[in-house]
Amino acid sequence: MSGIVELRVPAVPEYLQMVRSVVGAAASTGANLKPERVSDLRLAVSEAATNAMEAHGLSGVEDRVVIRCDLSASQIEVEVADCGPGFDPNSLPPLPDVDSPDRLRHESGLGVSLMYHLTDETIVESHGEGTAVRLIVHFGD
Amino acid sequence: MLSEIRRSVRNQWVVLAMTGELDLGSSPVLRQAVVAEVADGHHHLVIDLSGVDFIDSAGLGSVVGALRRVRSHDGHLLLVCSEQRVLRAFQMCDLDRVFTFHVDVDSAVGTPVRV
Repeated sequence: MSGIVELRVPAVPEYLQMVRSVVGAAASTGANLKPERVSDLRLAVSEAATNAMEAHGLSGVEDRVVIRCDLSASQIEVEVADCGPGFDPNSLPPLPDVDSPDRLRHESGLGVSLMYHLTDETIVESHGEGTAVRLIVHFGD
Repeated sequence: MLSEIRRSVRNQWVVLAMTGELDLGSSPVLRQAVVAEVADGHHHLVIDLSGVDFIDSAGLGSVVGALRRVRSHDGHLLLVCSEQRVLRAFQMCDLDRVFTFHVDVDSAVGTPVRV
């Protein structure tokens, strides 16, 4: 089965659950994608959509966040696009080691590394006018 | 979406039992509940995640914040969680090394408070 599903949601967190549900349903139609991998993709998408919504909120952007699921015979690719100020994924400050008391001072900063960990490919394209995160999971792996 | 937090007191522990999905939208509810407990002098908390079927980094962050808040008052925080998807999120972030997990509330509240 192949096809494209596109969501345009307001940048408010109440829509995160719907985004996860739609992506999870789309991924579940993929050939032999294990439930664990569907769960991983839902989590990765939640991280990307959270970052997108926060980027809109911080910069006062009122545009909608766009989530586009592109399902092919071999993979699902989910693109999460925002119109925020952008960021450099390679210059994110590392978190303190979990054994350090300072680690507890950080309640955020895990999202991008989780996306890379949970997908087969994570591609971040970011510039001053927005960010597009592409999360790719191959079927059959 | 997080639907509710149920509060109970068991032994020396205040138990905050959560249901739903713990994300950017619902994590402020947990954060506010923990802030209120600590402000009221309750520093030994159990967060029961048995009814939580999804957690992301925003949710994890609120649990990290809870630990910081109770520890700043020499308190303790125990987590109840048996849902593998939720446990896996903690493990992927190495946070399973930071928290003490119990399989059910009875086990958690049976833990003596070490002062």
